[in-house]
Amino acid sequence: MLQVTDLHASVVDADEEILKGLSLSIGAGEVHAIMGPNGSGKSTFANVLLGRPDYVVNSGVVTFEDEDILELFPDQRALRGMFLAFQYPAEIPGVRPWQFLKAALDARREYAGEKPLSVRDFSKLFDDKVEAVGIDPDLVKRSLNEGFSGGEKKRNEMLQLEMLEPRLAILDETDSGLDVDALRIVAEGVNSLRSPDRSFLIVTHYQRLLNYIKPDVVHILVDGRIVETGGPELAMTVENSGYEQYIKAAVAD
Amino acid sequence: MTLAAATGEKYAADFKALTELRPVSDWVSKLRQSGWDHFDSIGFPTARRGNELWKYTNLAALDQGQFGFQFDESDAVEPDVLRERAPWSDDWSTLVFIDGRYSESLSQVSSGDGVQVRNLSDVANSESLRTNLGTHAAVDENAFSALNTAFLVDGGFVQIADNREDTSPIHFLFVTTPGGSWAIYPRTLVVSGINSRSTVIESYISLGDEGGFTAPVAEYVLNSGAGIEHYRVLVENEETFHIGTTRVYQLDNSTFTSTSFALGPKIGRNDVHVLLDAPGAECTLNGLYLTTGDQHMDNHISTTHAKPHGTSHQFYKGVLSGNSRAVFSGRVLVEKDAQKTQAFQKDLNLVLSHGAEIDTKPSLEIYADDVQCAHGATAGHTDSEALFYMQARGIDEVTAQAMLMRGFASEITDMIRVDGLQDYVHGVVEEVIPRLQAAAD
Repeated sequence: MLQVTDLHASVVDADEEILKGLSLSIGAGEVHAIMGPNGSGKSTFANVLLGRPDYVVNSGVVTFEDEDILELFPDQRALRGMFLAFQYPAEIPGVRPWQFLKAALDARREYAGEKPLSVRDFSKLFDDKVEAVGIDPDLVKRSLNEGFSGGEKKRNEMLQLEMLEPRLAILDETDSGLDVDALRIVAEGVNSLRSPDRSFLIVTHYQRLLNYIKPDVVHILVDGRIVETGGPELAMTVENSGYEQYIKAAVAD
Repeated sequence: MTLAAATGEKYAADFKALTELRPVSDWVSKLRQSGWDHFDSIGFPTARRGNELWKYTNLAALDQGQFGFQFDESDAVEPDVLRERAPWSDDWSTLVFIDGRYSESLSQVSSGDGVQVRNLSDVANSESLRTNLGTHAAVDENAFSALNTAFLVDGGFVQIADNREDTSPIHFLFVTTPGGSWAIYPRTLVVSGINSRSTVIESYISLGDEGGFTAPVAEYVLNSGAGIEHYRVLVENEETFHIGTTRVYQLDNSTFTSTSFALGPKIGRNDVHVLLDAPGAECTLNGLYLTTGDQHMDNHISTTHAKPHGTSHQFYKGVLSGNSRAVFSGRVLVEKDAQKTQAFQKDLNLVLSHGAEIDTKPSLEIYADDVQCAHGATAGHTDSEALFYMQARGIDEVTAQAMLMRGFASEITDMIRVDGLQDYVHGVVEEVIPRLQAAAD
């Protein structure tokens, strides 16, 4: 589904590269986790995949469902089925979550050649999902993410994930700043969406979230490169002994 | 004297013609003359150095304009055109003025619920009119107040009875028609009785594309406990000069809540001063301005707290594009006696192009020692974080930017509590968003 080959990227106008030859491959229906210490390039990778304009790709190839996506705008990538749950979701004054999701879902359905949902059908779907994700219904009457707590923002990301049903969902440190209850809700959301044709890439610093979402593959990212790839047990190794051994190894290279 | 000679002659000739036209009450005649004398002695203000009040707004182009007074009363506008192009509801009492002149046939007034809505010139003997007209917006207030008073013929007069309940909005609609380039002098006076409630809308709408000069003066008087919900809608064309003067006088525990919407004319100025002249008065001034092309919109807003326990808010927002310019000069003066005052000022701007410029200058001048005041101003480009966030959900950049602009504007437009008016303003915002986007970088 997603194929990343020798990806090099840096912040716009900066010389130093953050991603220094990252390669990985995610098959349909797989759940991958990327773990790594602070500053290893995890969030950069997640954002580069969606085409955040603050980053520039210097070389490498990224294909999504066999299509080269690096020249596509973020919205074009989203319409093809990519989704990023943000670490720090933006606050959007004056735009209600309802309006926002309606616009997003309409765009998606139009791209897929489907008619937009009627206001009535959309409202029903929206209300159901709001309840399922456990968001305070009063919250979605406010401006999107404005004045939301950290946990509320993350739940709202899950609401969007559930509404938009992407092919590939990238979760950028969705677990940071969450209490156990919120963590469980995120995990339940992901687990309920797992299917043979939907993949997940979970970016996290800690192993904690992986107690609830069992990954098929775990990658360790250090200094802009994947230094080790393994099964779920790799997350436990990191949990027990930290990233020190990988950092040392990366420096020794 | 700063008038260009030819311009000065034009206004002088029109004034002379007006005084000879028909007899008016002695006091009106005197008031007009004092307006003319004042204007004649000072002329239009200039943006010269040291003139703080007009530092950012240059009226040289207005001085070159040859805008004449419309002596003919006209109703050559189809009612359907008003319904389509102006805020309108059959539930409102609307006084219609065409090119500055009152149109009885187009106006639609329901009375009898404790409110008198009349054309000024029909009630020249009213004691209340005589007491209040030109008292709060005096001829020496500024050149435009003087000029407006010199050409005082038609206008809206509303007298609201004590304890009147707000049943339906009162609307003063000033339209200019295609084919003429008139100088119009809309005048309104609203006197609200003790503990009365009312909603008053002033709207200024161009139906054509020709440039004109609109110099409105509005006076609002709020007696004890009175409440006025006020709206001011400026949707004139890009060739028009609009210099408005609004003066509000508030007595104890009265509440004046105003929301203004301005689609930038060529040069626009919204000069508002509110005097809280008795304890416990409250005043909220909100405004939204949208400018593009070479438009210039100047909000000159000031509130004076003269007595204790008053509350005031100034909250303005602007979206600027193209090579347009906007000014927010907001002033709050808290006098020595005005203890326990609460005053807040905010001006937020979304600047979409490098050619656009906002000069924002909120200021607090405080002479009392027990007050709670705060102010702030911002100017920023479209939030790139927000834009990426929306794009990452599949919303294209143009749509996302429009949503952000609509969201930004909605903080003010959502405060419009008159349905028909809110729909109208939303409609105008929707029409303007693509134009703002087209002129953005």
